[in-house]
Amino acid sequence: MSGFPILTLLTVLPLVGAAIALFAGKRARQVALGTTLASLALALVVWSELPANGTIGLVERAAWAPSLGIEYHLGVDALGALMLVLSAIVTLMSVDAAHRAHHKPGLYFALVLVLESGLFGSFTALNFFHWFLFWELSLIPAFFLIKLWGGARRGPAATQFFVYTMAGSVALLVAFLAVFLSTGSMDFPHLTLLASTGELEPLVTAHLGASLLGIPVMLWLAVGVLAGFSVKVPMAPFHTWLPAAYAEAPSPVTMLLTGAMSKMGVYGLLRIALPLFGVQIAQMRTPLLVLAVITVVMGAFAAAAQKDLKRVFAYSSVNHLGYCLLGIFALAVPVAVGDAGRLASQAAALNGVILQMFNHGVTAAALFWFVAMLQQRTGGHRGIDDFGGLRKPAPVLAGLMGIALFSSLGLPGLNGFPGEFLIFRGVFSLAWVAATVSVLGLLVTAVVILTVIQKLFTGPVPAHCAGFPDLHHGERMALAPVIGLMLLVGLLPQLITESVNPTVVNLLAHWRF
Amino acid sequence: MLAWTIYLSFAGALVLALLPSGKAALARWVALAVAVAGLALAVQGFVAGMGHGRVIITDVAWVPSMGVHYLLAADGISRVLVLLTGLAAVAGVLFSWNIELRTNQFFAFFLALIGGVYGVFLSFDLFLLFVFYEIAIVPKYFLIAIWGSTRREYAAMKLALYSFLGSAMVLIGLLAAYATAGSHSTGLIALAHAGLPVSFQMWCFPLVFTGFAILAGMWPFHTWAPTGHVAAPTAASMLLAGVVMKLGAYGCLRVAIALFPHGLDPWGFSFAGLASWRDVFAVLAIVGIVYGALVALVQTDFKFVIGYSSVSHMGFVLLGLVTLNQIGVTGAVLQMFSHGIIAGLLFAIVGRIVYDRTHTRQLAELETMHLSRRLPFAAWAFVVAGMASMGLPGFSGFVAEFQVLVGAWKVAAWWTAAAGVGIVVGVAYTWRALQKAFFSDSTPNVHVAEQEHAHAFAAITWPEVTGVVLLAGVSLGVGLYPRILLDAIEPAVKALLAGGGQ
Repeated sequence: MSGFPILTLLTVLPLVGAAIALFAGKRARQVALGTTLASLALALVVWSELPANGTIGLVERAAWAPSLGIEYHLGVDALGALMLVLSAIVTLMSVDAAHRAHHKPGLYFALVLVLESGLFGSFTALNFFHWFLFWELSLIPAFFLIKLWGGARRGPAATQFFVYTMAGSVALLVAFLAVFLSTGSMDFPHLTLLASTGELEPLVTAHLGASLLGIPVMLWLAVGVLAGFSVKVPMAPFHTWLPAAYAEAPSPVTMLLTGAMSKMGVYGLLRIALPLFGVQIAQMRTPLLVLAVITVVMGAFAAAAQKDLKRVFAYSSVNHLGYCLLGIFALAVPVAVGDAGRLASQAAALNGVILQMFNHGVTAAALFWFVAMLQQRTGGHRGIDDFGGLRKPAPVLAGLMGIALFSSLGLPGLNGFPGEFLIFRGVFSLAWVAATVSVLGLLVTAVVILTVIQKLFTGPVPAHCAGFPDLHHGERMALAPVIGLMLLVGLLPQLITESVNPTVVNLLAHWRF
Repeated sequence: MLAWTIYLSFAGALVLALLPSGKAALARWVALAVAVAGLALAVQGFVAGMGHGRVIITDVAWVPSMGVHYLLAADGISRVLVLLTGLAAVAGVLFSWNIELRTNQFFAFFLALIGGVYGVFLSFDLFLLFVFYEIAIVPKYFLIAIWGSTRREYAAMKLALYSFLGSAMVLIGLLAAYATAGSHSTGLIALAHAGLPVSFQMWCFPLVFTGFAILAGMWPFHTWAPTGHVAAPTAASMLLAGVVMKLGAYGCLRVAIALFPHGLDPWGFSFAGLASWRDVFAVLAIVGIVYGALVALVQTDFKFVIGYSSVSHMGFVLLGLVTLNQIGVTGAVLQMFSHGIIAGLLFAIVGRIVYDRTHTRQLAELETMHLSRRLPFAAWAFVVAGMASMGLPGFSGFVAEFQVLVGAWKVAAWWTAAAGVGIVVGVAYTWRALQKAFFSDSTPNVHVAEQEHAHAFAAITWPEVTGVVLLAGVSLGVGLYPRILLDAIEPAVKALLAGGGQ
C-alpha cells in the first residue's frame, strides 16, 4: 500500500457520500450505510498497515502554503488508527440507529457524513492548520444535527454547545498562533521534537518574552491548549454544555457526539498538549488532577441524580472520560533515568487511556442506541421510571442492553474493564490519592448502572409498555457485531494493546515532563 | 491586456447609456458580457503575471509640463485586486438581474464604477490614480440616490461628502508631496525615490493615510459605511463593501505607506502610550474591529449587521497594513480580497435573495417566517457565507486574519489580543443573525403553515445560484489553497516594503 494516499481517500470518501446523499432523497440512508461500511473497511486496512514499531506511518506530505507553515501532512500511529476505526464504527452504528423515516433524510445523512469526514481528518492531520480545519468542520454539522432534528429545547442546547466549543477553539488558535510565531512551524512531529529536546521553550521565550502578568508565557499557552480540549472532552468545570446537548440531540447524533467527537478532545491532549507542553502540564499536575477527579466523581453522582435516561448516560460519559483525564494527568511526571517501575506505570496508564477511548466510544454509542430503541417503541419515553419489567416482553433487548450496561459498569470480561483497569493500575503508583478518591466514582457508577437495570428490566410492566416488541431480526443483526466486539475486546484486549503498546512506548519516549 | 479591463468597462457603460430604455433584457446581457469579459482579462492577467514583478502596461506623457504620465502598471497586489474587481463585477450583475427600473442606466453606472476601480488598481501615476479614484465616487452616488432604499438621499449625500472630504485630504497631501519632491514627476516610483524629508513625511503621512482610510471605513470615520451599504441597492452594496472600501485600503498601502514610509517612525515622545502614527492608526483599526463587531451584535436590521461587520473586517486590513511586516501586510492584502468576496456574498444573500422576497430586513420579522424551510437555499448559502465571515479555517478569511494577527503580534502582543476579541464577537453576531433570520425555533401552527404555503416565495433564479456558487467557491478555494494568491502577493509586498516603498 506504500505511496497510495489511503488516508486522503478515507477523508474524502464521506464527503463524496455526503454530496450523493444530499440529492438521494429517501435513498439517503442507503447511501450513508454504503459509505460508512466502505469507510470502516478502509479504516481497518489502515489499522492493518500500521508500522510495527509504533511510529507514524502511511505518511502523505505535499506543499500547501509554505510561507505560513501550512503543509498537507497526514499520518497515523496506532492511536490515530484506532480512533479512525472507532469513528467508522460509531458512525456506522449511528446511521444504523437512525431508522425512523427522517424529516429531510438527504440533509440529515449528508451532515452525518460530513461529521465523519471531520473526524477522519482531525485524527490523521499532522499539521495544525489542517487539523484545525477538520476540528472546526466537525462542529458545524454537529450543531445543525442538534439544531434541526433535536428535542424541544434544541435551540439553546445547540447554541450552548457551539459557543462553548468555539470559545475553546479560540483559545487553541491563539496558543498556536504564538507557537507558530516563535517557531515558524505548525507541524506536530516537528514541534514535538522541539519540545522533547527542550528547544521549544527558549524559542517561545525569545519571541514572546518570558512572562505575561507574572505568569510564564509557556504556561499561558499550555492553559490555552488545555482549555480548548477540556471543553471538548469535557473536563469539569467546562462540562456544562454537555448534558443539554446530549439530551436534546436525537439519539443517533448523541451516539456520534459521545462515541466519537468527545475523543477528539482526548486525542488532542495526547497528540498536541502533552507532546508540546508536557513540562507545563507537569507543573500544573496537581490542580489538573483535582479537576480530573472532580470530573470522575461529579459525573458519577450527577448521573445518579438524573431521571432521564439520556442524561444518566450523558453524565456517565463525563465520568468515563474523566478516567482518561485522570490517566493523562497522572502520567505527566518526570521520570528518572532507569526508573523502570515508574515508566511501566506510565505505559500502563497510557495504554489504559487509549483503550478506554475506544471502549467508551463503542459502549456509550451502544447505550444511546438502546435509548433510541426504547423511545421508538414507546412513542418517545425515556424516563428511567417510564419502564419496567422489560425482561418479559423483550428478553433479547433486555439481554443485549444488559451486556452494554455491564460493559459500561466495567465488568471484567467485557470491554469496559481492561481500559479502566490499566488506568487504575498506572495511576495508583503515580498519584495514589487521586486514584483512591476516584474509586468512589467506580462505586457510584456501579450503583447508577444497577439501578437502571433494575428499573428497566424488573418489576411490573407499565401500561404503555404492554405491547412492547422485542428486537426484530434486522436490529439483532445490526447489534450482534457491536455486542460481539464488546465481548471480544473484553476477553482479548491484546487485539488492541498489541498494536497500541509500541505506539505508547514511542509516545512516552518523545514526551518531556 | 489588463488595461483593457478599464476601457472595456467604460465602453460597456457608454453602450448601455446609449441603449434605448425599455430593453431591460438586452441591457442585462450586455452588462453580463462586459463583466465576464473583464473577469476573463483579469484572470488572464493574473495568470500571465505570475512570477513577474511589476510590469509596466502603458506609459505615455499626459501633461508633460507637470510630469504627469498616463502610466498603467501592475504588480502582484494590483493583479489580485483586479481579479477581485472582476469577480465582484460579475457577481454584482448576476444579483442585479431583477432590476426593472431604468435597467440600462443602472448597469451603465455600475460598469462606470467598475471601470474606475480597475483604473485605481492599475495606476502607477499619482495624478492618474486620483482621477480614477474620483471617477469612482460619482456613479456610486447615483446608484444609491436613484436605486437605493432606506433614506437613500441622506445616505448618498453622506457617502459623497465623506468621500470628497477624504479626497480633499489626499489631494492636499499629494500636491504638497509633488511640490516638496521637486522631481517634476507624479509617478509613484519616482516620488518614492525622491527622498522626501522625514519631517515632511511626518505630517503628510497621517493626512493622506486618513484621507484614504475614510473610504476604508476606519473608525471614527466609518459612519458613511453602514448607512451607505444599507441604503444602496444590492449590487451597489456588494461593490461598496466589496471593492470600493478596498480602494481606500489600497491607497493607504500604495500611496501613504509607500511614499511616506518615515511617517510611521516614532515621534520621539509618547502621548497617552502612543509613540508614533503607527500606534495611532493601529489603535483606530483595533477600535474599529471591536466596535464594528459589537455594534453588529445589537442591530435589528439584517443588512446593518452586515454593514457593521464590514467596518470590523476592514479594521483587520488597516491593522495588517500598519504592522509594516511581511506577514501582516500580506495578510492585509489577502483580507482585502477575502472580505471583498465574502461581503459581496453576504450582501447578495441579505439584499437580493432574502429581502426581495420577504420585503423586510427586520430580524424580528424574519424570525417568524421560517426561512430555513421556505428558502432553504438562502439559509444554507448564509451558513456557508457566515462560516467564511467568522473566519473558520477552510475559508479565505481565516488565512488572511491569521496572517494579520501573526503580523500584529510581532509588533505588540496586545494588538493581537484586542483584535482577537473582535473575532470572538464576530462569531457571536454572525451566529445571532443566522439563528434569528433563518433558524428560529418558533414552530408554525397549521394555520400559519397553510398561509405560508399559499404565499410561497418566488423560486430562486439561476443568476442567484450562479452568483452564490461563484463567490462561495472562490472563498473556499482560496481558503483551502491560499498559495494561489499568496504567490502573487508575497513578492509584491516584499518589494513594496523594501525598496524605498516601491
